[in-house]
Amino acid sequence: MKPSSAIKNLVNYTMFAVTGLCTVIAVGILFFILGYLVYNGGKSLSLSFFTNLPAPVGEIGGGMANAIVGSGKVLLLATLIGIPIGFLGGVYLSEYSTERIAFTIRYVTDLLNGVPSIVIGIVVYTVVVHPMGHFSTFAGGIALGIMMIPISVRSTEEFLHAVPQSLREAALALGAPKWKAIVTVVIPAAMRGIISGTMLDLARVAGETAPLLFTALGNQFWSPGWNRPSATLPVMIYSYAISAYEDWHRQAWAAGFILLTLVLLINIVARLALSRGTYVPRG
Amino acid sequence: MTSVTVPQSALPPRRAQSFISRLKAGEELAYAITLTAAMTILLITALVLYELVAQSGLSRHKFGWSFLFTSTWDPVAGNFGALPFIYGTVVTSILSLLIAIPLGLGAAIFLAEMAPPRISNAMTFLIELLAAVPSVIYGLLGIFILVPALQKNIVPALKSVLGSLPIFQGAFYGVSVFSAGIVLSVMIVPFIISVSREVLLSVARDQREASLALGASQWQTIWRVVLPNASTGIMGSVFLALARALGETMAVTMVIGNTPQIKASLLAPGYSIAAIIANEFTEATNDLYLSALIELGLVLFGVTFVLNGLARILIMTTQQNGAHK
Amino acid sequence: MSQEGRVHSSRVTPSESVEEKKADVPAPKKLSTENLDFYYGTFQALQNINLYFRENHITALIGPSGCGKSTFLRTLNRMHETVKGTRLTGQILLDGRDILKEDVNAVRLKVGMVFQRSNPFPKSIFENVAYGLRVNGFQGGKAAIHAVVEKSLVKAALWEEVKDKLHESAFGLSGGQQQRLCIARALAVEPEVLLLDEPCSALDPIATAKIEDLLFGLKSETTIVIVTHNMQQAARVSDFTGFFLLGKMIEFNTTNVIFQNPVKKETEDYVTGRFG
Repeated sequence: MKPSSAIKNLVNYTMFAVTGLCTVIAVGILFFILGYLVYNGGKSLSLSFFTNLPAPVGEIGGGMANAIVGSGKVLLLATLIGIPIGFLGGVYLSEYSTERIAFTIRYVTDLLNGVPSIVIGIVVYTVVVHPMGHFSTFAGGIALGIMMIPISVRSTEEFLHAVPQSLREAALALGAPKWKAIVTVVIPAAMRGIISGTMLDLARVAGETAPLLFTALGNQFWSPGWNRPSATLPVMIYSYAISAYEDWHRQAWAAGFILLTLVLLINIVARLALSRGTYVPRG
Repeated sequence: MTSVTVPQSALPPRRAQSFISRLKAGEELAYAITLTAAMTILLITALVLYELVAQSGLSRHKFGWSFLFTSTWDPVAGNFGALPFIYGTVVTSILSLLIAIPLGLGAAIFLAEMAPPRISNAMTFLIELLAAVPSVIYGLLGIFILVPALQKNIVPALKSVLGSLPIFQGAFYGVSVFSAGIVLSVMIVPFIISVSREVLLSVARDQREASLALGASQWQTIWRVVLPNASTGIMGSVFLALARALGETMAVTMVIGNTPQIKASLLAPGYSIAAIIANEFTEATNDLYLSALIELGLVLFGVTFVLNGLARILIMTTQQNGAHK
Repeated sequence: MSQEGRVHSSRVTPSESVEEKKADVPAPKKLSTENLDFYYGTFQALQNINLYFRENHITALIGPSGCGKSTFLRTLNRMHETVKGTRLTGQILLDGRDILKEDVNAVRLKVGMVFQRSNPFPKSIFENVAYGLRVNGFQGGKAAIHAVVEKSLVKAALWEEVKDKLHESAFGLSGGQQQRLCIARALAVEPEVLLLDEPCSALDPIATAKIEDLLFGLKSETTIVIVTHNMQQAARVSDFTGFFLLGKMIEFNTTNVIFQNPVKKETEDYVTGRFG
């Protein structure tokens, strides 16, 4: 038999190069995106961007102060809704539930995770906005909060699972009731992972636009309280980008730059903190 | 030394702690709180499904199944059909897969099989960052960078070579199904890469060794042994990516052209389900209009649900097979 | 070398292989290692191994867990190179040529391996055996491939059991059958040396016996090296035995000498079961 070594090695090297090229392209896209945003966004940034309200069409000097605050409020509410439900649900899955119930809950959680964000927006509209009669920051927070739940559940469960059984047993053997063992021993052991998972969760919904389109809607002005429609950063980027005005385009770049920087920074910090750990939740 | 006998009353009862003592210890409360949270999740999901079905009722009863096959979308006359949006969604998603699968699989193979561990980990980290980029940012780059580039350079070049094909006929105004497909492909590549990479890594080591021991080269081993072993899982990653692509809203609506039509040419503007919902939901002037849009949301929900379910099964199967060996 | 002298006195023992007695000249050294040192990172797993394997004979490598015998076996077809961070110094000579300097795929065609746990590919029985032919550019047509597959399955004592289901999945076979399939797969490329790494450790006694029988049949065409933790197996099957301990080769001789009058105390302690 003739072993065609030369051909084998040639094919081997070629495919190494081809697959390596695919990787370089994929990674290159990230740098491409970053590059354009830093360049186009950076040069459009100014202090007024952070402090001013949007100016009427044609006037320059407008900013996105209300959108930044609006995003902050919506995300705050989302976190207050999504994380407790997700976290406690994860604790239930990991510490209390039987295998059969756990399977069902996990399945449904994955199902919720897979629902397109615009569909979540529809549901929150019909359940919250429509009965209330108006768009609101509150509705926006609920929509994003719902989106935060599935990732929080899975991430909490994984990190709690990773805590060795011997830790639980040690606490129980000292007479602690089960809930105390969980709160004082298991959860602290999993804390770093849970916090990182929460950060990644937050970063993911921070960039979501679609569910806000018919919940928080948008606002040219400040939106005091929780009951009025509110501008948010992603929605502003979208509306400005599709508009016909140069000035608004530049602001969209600047806003995009801010948003991306925030999202990537949170991701990098959270992932680095996890890098010694195991599970990284996949959006 | 006198022996010590433990008085009976100090021993805990042989059965598990009684309900009252568990209640006092806070155990029942903790269980109730966490159970409530878990049930809330079930409730919310049920609510999503319920609302979609209930609120689309008007439209479903009026149009029935023909909703899925009608291509008119006429809010004024009250005639609504989903076909142009289904078409646009399907075509952009398939186009995105055609680009993203070879690219993503190639990169996954490199990262899982060929690259030295440190490079592989660094690159994987960067690719997971890419997966975190928000949709609206892709849209931004799509509108201002990709579309002009397509208009000025890429599509003219493409037309000069392949212009005779029906899919590349007609005038190109930048926003189009083609542009949306390309933006989508960039967005789903990271998912294909990271899931496929994990699936490849879970293929049992001794499969590779058996192949190498027979004189096969590394690539031969990957192509003939590792990939077949991982094939179901990779299919799962494709389904996951497809489910993602179908539901993508912002980036698509910013570059697809938002025109409800069905044309053979990829260069023509089009529309997707998610895009029209985003654009017209707040403009819907009557109940039927809104109901039709919600019915579109139901269609989208149904398709992504099926795809995601299949994907999880496929991925779990491969990982279990790897573990058994 | 003193061990050299001992092997030459193989005519002493009556149950030596027939070939040895006939020729009265020891069979050539098909495969040998010289001054082989092996490191996992900074840890030295093998120290100065000088060992050889006579053509068309079966050599067993025995020793307690962790002694390095499997590590050593894997260097013989350069499988150690699939693990990062390993380093090897010394020479490994096949018919006098250092395999470390040759093309690795060509080496693996000549030195085949059967692993501890059967690892058939997710393909049909036929395609499993034909795999080695396909990846190495076999020049024959379909009929020729079929002939080779049949011949290999016959040599692996599996043909009768699978001849009617060649195109069914390999996973439908029992554990012992799968291992014989892996042997057939290795034989299809007609290796000159066959390395077996504890091939029967996951099998029941009947399956083990079948494999030991087929090894006897193979040895007239192939040089066989088998790592085993089962001393009875080594005594039944092999012509020569090498005893490893803590990364060193303590003693190497004909099987009878090793088991009946070993020279070194450690060898004697091991084969009499004082430690394991």
